[in-house]
Amino acid sequence: MSLMAEPSATGRFGEFGGRFVPETLVPACEELEAAFREAWVDPTFRAELDYLLRQYAGRPSILTECANLGEQLGIRLLLKREDLNHTGSHKINNVLGQALLAKRMGKHRLVAETGAGQHGVASATAAALLGMECKVYMGAVDVGRQALNVFRMKLLGSEVESVQSGSRTLKDAVNEAMRDWVASVETTHYCLGSVMGPHPYPWMVREFHRVVGDEAKQQCHDLFGDVPDVVVACVGGGSNAIGIFSGFVDDRSRLVGVEPAGGAAVGRGQPGVVHGMRSYLMQDEYGQVLEAESISAGLDHPGVGPEHSYLASIGRAEYPSVTDAEVIDAFQLLARSEGIIPALECAHALAWITREAANLRGSTVLMNLSGRGDKDVAQMMDILSR
Amino acid sequence: MTGILETALRDKRAAGRKLLIPYITGGLAGWQDAVRAVTAAGADAIEIGLPFSDPVMDGPVIQQASQMALEGGATPVSILDEARSLDVGIPLAVMTYYNTVHHAGHERFAHQLIAAGVVAALVPDLPLEESGPWCAAADEAGIETVMFAAPTAPDERLPRIVARARGFVYSVGLLGVTGERGQLASTAASLARRLKAITDMPVLIGVGVSNAAQARQAVQVADGVVMGASVIKRILDGGADAAGDYIAEVRAAIDE
Repeated sequence: MSLMAEPSATGRFGEFGGRFVPETLVPACEELEAAFREAWVDPTFRAELDYLLRQYAGRPSILTECANLGEQLGIRLLLKREDLNHTGSHKINNVLGQALLAKRMGKHRLVAETGAGQHGVASATAAALLGMECKVYMGAVDVGRQALNVFRMKLLGSEVESVQSGSRTLKDAVNEAMRDWVASVETTHYCLGSVMGPHPYPWMVREFHRVVGDEAKQQCHDLFGDVPDVVVACVGGGSNAIGIFSGFVDDRSRLVGVEPAGGAAVGRGQPGVVHGMRSYLMQDEYGQVLEAESISAGLDHPGVGPEHSYLASIGRAEYPSVTDAEVIDAFQLLARSEGIIPALECAHALAWITREAANLRGSTVLMNLSGRGDKDVAQMMDILSR
Repeated sequence: MTGILETALRDKRAAGRKLLIPYITGGLAGWQDAVRAVTAAGADAIEIGLPFSDPVMDGPVIQQASQMALEGGATPVSILDEARSLDVGIPLAVMTYYNTVHHAGHERFAHQLIAAGVVAALVPDLPLEESGPWCAAADEAGIETVMFAAPTAPDERLPRIVARARGFVYSVGLLGVTGERGQLASTAASLARRLKAITDMPVLIGVGVSNAAQARQAVQVADGVVMGASVIKRILDGGADAAGDYIAEVRAAIDE
């Protein structure tokens, strides 16, 4: 059986996961689980989703060999180009799946949280395509630093609510989206953007992103007849990482999820419960959740998806962290050496690769380039002109 | 064995009294005075909030109170220390989110409550399916865990919630988070009625019971009410005395 099989009946990956939600939401989570379970084995649903992924999102995404940077680092470097998907990141895989599922369940309104705005833009896009109403919650701090994505969501017909509570970042946007869902659960689907939250979300979102790992495995096989030595992805909640890991978890590949130093849930957290799940969480001595701080809004979550906690706890994947300074360097490095501007989130993965290059010498490294960097250009212009 | 909270509520109900439990955020400046004031004004028990950084069941008023308490340096330990000296003569319960319990450890948390003179706990993000380990530790220590029932629950679920509940059953008044509303939602009476039909345990409506008139309306069906945001608003605007005056007004309305 795969290490990344279905979670237990209570939604556990090992001792992580579960369904810690207000009583009001329990029936909705049960209904969603049943609906997903049924849809995922229904060839009609799968065909419908597959059609959208190919004809709308642009799948399969290509695998790019980075000859210049590979040579410079002394490794064979391959990028899985999720940045080339429609809307510019891997997030579209999940939202198309969830939006189709919501319609199948008779729900025509989506609520979503967003950090950098990638998931919000993807949700707004799916809602526009499928004729649904959509409201996106975004922390006021992130609204400030990702103004272009806010405008994009509005262009796509979604409402964007600037969240003023708590630390006014991603975790507070999740809280506010859950509060909305508690009040609107009969007509609304919560389109959660990562492999987090109450069961069945961590499992369901992983299954919607499994396509990334499946494609990459086939592409590696076609290219060099083997699996990569190392598979690297950035981790906030961990959806792009879980997607690419799913293709290689049962092979010999080393799996590396790179966290921001200011939001290292696995690296510095302890098991805790927030946002419906038990997972590693940055918290104080009384269990108050700490604010994550990173250059990248998309990784600003003090927790991490429960399956990552599980993979870390059994030693199958490792979760090092990199600093903002290393990320800024990596961002520029990929732009100059390969002509690819990465999202700041993915620059975390590259920052780890460049730091570890001496130890990786001669190996084949597959990195998930989960999003494009257009949204970060203004912020980088600001940082680099200081 | 029936616990202290449930016994107190049952006795008062048997005497023909409608039950009134105000919620007060622990650690807010002057919160102990507010507890004394609402006790004097006719509260039957008190729900003390142990503030949490991410209160997903709470609307803006209780979020603000929680944040103010945390910024003032309140911790679960400091609040329970302060609770120990309250000595108000009515049962004290705490309301907190599960990470506070999880982080302290189930047995340890239960014993912290006992040491503070608290007899019951409400944990709104710990639904039936996840409640087993905490409830076992709480039962063992003699802490009554109040369970929430929501309007979304199918009929088959309610008896299982009632069976697990200690103290009273919290009948969630509406689909939504805590906070004041213009009128009592129709779901408030319908859920309380469904619960009353299957249990003789006290059933109290909470969430969205926003003023004396709504409380009076709620107790036509339920045994009593839990009032949170409207109490906190009085404390924030006018201090402990304002909260006391408000609870006296509610008391009079439900006693009519």
